[in-house]
Amino acid sequence: MIRKLLIANRGEIACRIIRTARRLGVATVAVYSDADANALHVQQADEAVHLGPAPAKESYLDIDKVLDAAKRTGADAIHPGYGFLSENAHFCRACEEAGIIFVGPPAGAIEAMGSKSAAKRIMEEANVPLVPGYHGQSQEPGILEGHANRIGYPVLLKAAAGGGGKGMRRVDKPDEFHAALDAAKREAQSAFNDEIMLIERYVVNPRHVEIQVFCDQHGKGVYLFERDCSVQRRHQKVVEEAPAPGLPAETRKKMGEAALRAAHAIGYVGAGTVEFLLDAGGSFYFMEMNTRLQVEHPVTEMITGQDLVAWQLAVAAGDPLPLAQDELHIVGHAFEVRIYAEDPDNDFLPATGKLLRHQPPPENQSVRVDTGVQTGDEISVHYDPMISKLIVHGSNRREALAKLDRALQHYQIAGLRHNIEFLRRVINHTAFVNGRVNTHFIEDHEQEILQQEQQLRSQQCAAIAVFLAHRETRDQHRSAPKADAYSPWHSGNNWRNGLTVWRSQKVEVHGREIEIHFSGSEQNLFWRCSAAVDNQSGTVSSLHGQGVAVLDGRRVNYSSVSHDNEGTVFVSGEQVDFKILPPDIGEGSDAAHGLEAPMNGTIVTLLVKPGAKVMQDEPLLVMEAMKMEHTLRAPADGTVTQFFCAPGELVDGGSLLIDFSSETVEN
Amino acid sequence: MNQIQTKINSRDPAFAENREQMQSIVDDLQEKLETIAKGGSERAREKHVSRGKLLPRDRIDALLDPGSPFLEFSQLAAFDVYGEDVPAAGILTGIGTVSGQPCVIVANDATVKGGTYYPLTVKKHLRAQAIADENNLPCIYLVDSGGANLPRQDEVFPDREHFGRIFFNQANLSAKNIPQIAVVMGSCTAGGAYVPAMADESIMVKEQATIFLAGPPLVKAATGEEVTAEELGGAEVHCKTSGVSDHFANNDTHALQIARNSVARLNRVKNPGLDIKKPIEPIYPPEDIYGIVPKDSRQPFDVREIIARVVDGSEFDEFKAMYGTTLVTGFARIHGYPVGIVANNGILFAESAQKGAHFIELCAQRNIPLVFLQNITGFMVGKQYEAGGIAKHGAKMVTAVATAKVPKITILIGGSFGAGNYGMCGRAYDPNFLFMWPNARISVMGGEQAAGVLAQVKSDQMAAKGERWSEEEIAKFKQPIIDDYEHQGHPYYASARLWDDGVIDPKDTRTVLGLCLAAATHKEPEETKFGVFRM
Repeated sequence: MIRKLLIANRGEIACRIIRTARRLGVATVAVYSDADANALHVQQADEAVHLGPAPAKESYLDIDKVLDAAKRTGADAIHPGYGFLSENAHFCRACEEAGIIFVGPPAGAIEAMGSKSAAKRIMEEANVPLVPGYHGQSQEPGILEGHANRIGYPVLLKAAAGGGGKGMRRVDKPDEFHAALDAAKREAQSAFNDEIMLIERYVVNPRHVEIQVFCDQHGKGVYLFERDCSVQRRHQKVVEEAPAPGLPAETRKKMGEAALRAAHAIGYVGAGTVEFLLDAGGSFYFMEMNTRLQVEHPVTEMITGQDLVAWQLAVAAGDPLPLAQDELHIVGHAFEVRIYAEDPDNDFLPATGKLLRHQPPPENQSVRVDTGVQTGDEISVHYDPMISKLIVHGSNRREALAKLDRALQHYQIAGLRHNIEFLRRVINHTAFVNGRVNTHFIEDHEQEILQQEQQLRSQQCAAIAVFLAHRETRDQHRSAPKADAYSPWHSGNNWRNGLTVWRSQKVEVHGREIEIHFSGSEQNLFWRCSAAVDNQSGTVSSLHGQGVAVLDGRRVNYSSVSHDNEGTVFVSGEQVDFKILPPDIGEGSDAAHGLEAPMNGTIVTLLVKPGAKVMQDEPLLVMEAMKMEHTLRAPADGTVTQFFCAPGELVDGGSLLIDFSSETVEN
Repeated sequence: MNQIQTKINSRDPAFAENREQMQSIVDDLQEKLETIAKGGSERAREKHVSRGKLLPRDRIDALLDPGSPFLEFSQLAAFDVYGEDVPAAGILTGIGTVSGQPCVIVANDATVKGGTYYPLTVKKHLRAQAIADENNLPCIYLVDSGGANLPRQDEVFPDREHFGRIFFNQANLSAKNIPQIAVVMGSCTAGGAYVPAMADESIMVKEQATIFLAGPPLVKAATGEEVTAEELGGAEVHCKTSGVSDHFANNDTHALQIARNSVARLNRVKNPGLDIKKPIEPIYPPEDIYGIVPKDSRQPFDVREIIARVVDGSEFDEFKAMYGTTLVTGFARIHGYPVGIVANNGILFAESAQKGAHFIELCAQRNIPLVFLQNITGFMVGKQYEAGGIAKHGAKMVTAVATAKVPKITILIGGSFGAGNYGMCGRAYDPNFLFMWPNARISVMGGEQAAGVLAQVKSDQMAAKGERWSEEEIAKFKQPIIDDYEHQGHPYYASARLWDDGVIDPKDTRTVLGLCLAAATHKEPEETKFGVFRM
């Protein structure tokens, strides 16, 4: 029996583990870095231990510090969550040596799956299907062609030394083989100075389907069915669901059994996931095994009614598996979407900053939200920018999908860019609705999913207008003198004797500058906006703080978030972010001649010296945020006067990095 | 607190008739105000805007805090006075908040006769300064004017209350630490040049503003020197070289922002020294007033019904309710501010006048602002009343009104005739603000009475000569007098000549009173020293 559990992780997974531990009467210990001192997982745990500075290497990845925290608090087990130390065999061993239970597989199992080539050999021996291929030394074109025929077309020719798509050729028919081979070899020779080729079956329209397995310490194992995680972008899962749409029961059984063979082959204990590629014909091939609890485990929990963390704790304590295979059943259908702080319109650039509002839809039996952040928290550069996971369950796929869409509509996030609208476009896409998913889904449907023209509609204009009117009233109230707090001069009602006055405000919305005109008070407002695509005028009233607005007699949900000169309105399930633009105060007033950091991040290098004369668009500085590099370029021909940052320095988004003076025109 | 129980029956046909009548009067006012608000001719406005300048109302909107009310004064100034259109007398004045601070704003309208000063333009400008003075409010001048209207120089330049008084006031207001800020957004020639020069802080707009004592034509005539307006007195010259101006603005909007920043740094703290409570709306709707005021102005109505639609929670604690009942006095709150209300409910008798004097003394003692609701045909006349000393009792009330140092606000809701006007704080008694309802009438006496008096005098003269006057002839004699009185007693006629601060929609009375009270309480309370009351 585990009495006190240390969770060597952060964010939503730490909170999720704490939830189960608390339910089971297990005391919890959180660990945290400087950046997480007030994080939700720290608040929720019974105890919390500070590890170190924000970078994971110096905190969450520091084995000694984590073990020390466990010893200091008397924890008898450590749950590693996912990521960080969860698949670190050294850590697993270190726990063992320290006499602390590692909630996960034995070190040997982690190691066995750590090496891809070794893992594949073990799987082949255990009769787990692999993508058919030829990895031999002999490079005789005839022999290669023979292997291609054996493997079956289409095949993929790959340079053994390759990478980045160089020396790679897809061959659809036998009579194209030799020409493709020659071309691939030439390319490989020039790119890598090595023309050795591998051949693999080209899996057409593959789906990513993974099996959840569970093994106890007594040699017993079960599989908790599959999850379809085909919808991905850049190998990042976006939507996960269970069961996999259209998967025959027979295939499910075959995959489940193959997954268990894989687990047993490496002496697996605990929760694990065996990932397969599933082709259109129903054949499946082993990809890899994840020796931890997966991010997307809740969909399995939803369809099986089981708590996988509870299972993990039971198995780790040496108990037998709670249920046998024939006691496990699929009930209904479940989806999970990952809510990220990122900008889908800008190549999914990670977003950092303060969550001015984080208001997930209300949880109930069919809607679950796993999150580790709350309103006011910072999404920092140090960790994964995932805000939460939204999981829904329905009695069938269609119902679950409808609930998912409703839940996403009610999800409110303000302060930074997020992917909720993008997720809605994905899950409402006809192909997705019909269950026609594969790993190329997002690339294939990019046009519809990503390039949506952002149109301004009347309800959005009305919402912005009522936001502006409220802001006026609020500011007017705030400016009232203390001794005269109710002065009608500060009522914000814009009263005029006998005249109606229209106010105008320029705002930037969807990257465009528009002008909103409004008249009256927030309780009874008229608005006009020529940029709206449907109606260009109307009425709106809102009782602020009550979450409701009435638009031309239609009562809808309405709320808003205001921050400096930025605003967000949520109206009838739509979100509009906008910037309130300052009035035009003429030329010569633009005092800023510098370059600002586009986001929080670390300075990598400075590419020019102070005083350098540069041309427009010349790169000046490279910074890194969220593992991606961003280059700041000269806005015009001019001189870099000085830098306000140095390599390695962590900078805030919006801070001035470079003092730049543009070239004056010399005649 | 006692709540007024209304006795109005809104289903009464008379109510509907009254309402219809008042609505048509208000509609007419509204239409006039909207036309006036456009300013000069369309051509003049287009030309103004095409130079990159904002129209005066847009300037005011940009200067004010977003959402701020703007209590505009004398919108009808110069209406039908000069035989040519001079909308609003070519100058906009009013109070609005700038950086949280209520300020008096004076803005020339260059689209009206080049913003030149007609006699009533001067009067309106001076009245705005008087309001700033009486209520201790900073002044912001948005200058865009060609100076004095030359054809009318004799009515504009030489006298005490003429053009020169503007600068006299600026100096004296500044001396009282009532800030004077000038934003020069157009020409500012000759005497006008003193507006920015006399200001505490001045702002000039690049390539729009010019300040000089004599313009290029005059300079050339006088000395032969050829110079452009910009070289002579542009923003560059005055901000960089002469020091006549303090701030250089890129455009109108920028200039107004600079003015806002200046006001934000004034370091003024309002200390009203009043027992202010959270405001509550009256329990009866203000729109009812339309149906309460009788169609026929000679018909009486209970002023408490008006009070019930103006004061907080319709709560009114009457003072001496049973004595001198033709004058209603009592305590209430308007927008949270304590007020003493003095309201006519019939002709003034000796008792009502004494009650009024007593009540005004009370309010002055307690530093409670006074609100006068004027609907008065005058003091009672006749042998019995003269013998009873109605003149000395009336004088007591006039003395009290004249010398009480608390804020006083007068609304003419009906008739304002004769000495009643004095006792009820008419224009001559310097109320902080005075507004008229559009149904009100003001004259030394009613038209009928005046015509009657004149007819009597004439018929006495004729009788002395042994001549006789037929009823028909008498009626024919009286009619033009009645018409004249009606014309000259009309609120438009009155407001055009600045006998008041504006004509307001009766249903806005509470709003206007609230704004006036809030504005008037910027001045530190002053101790009242009454004159000799004739006993």
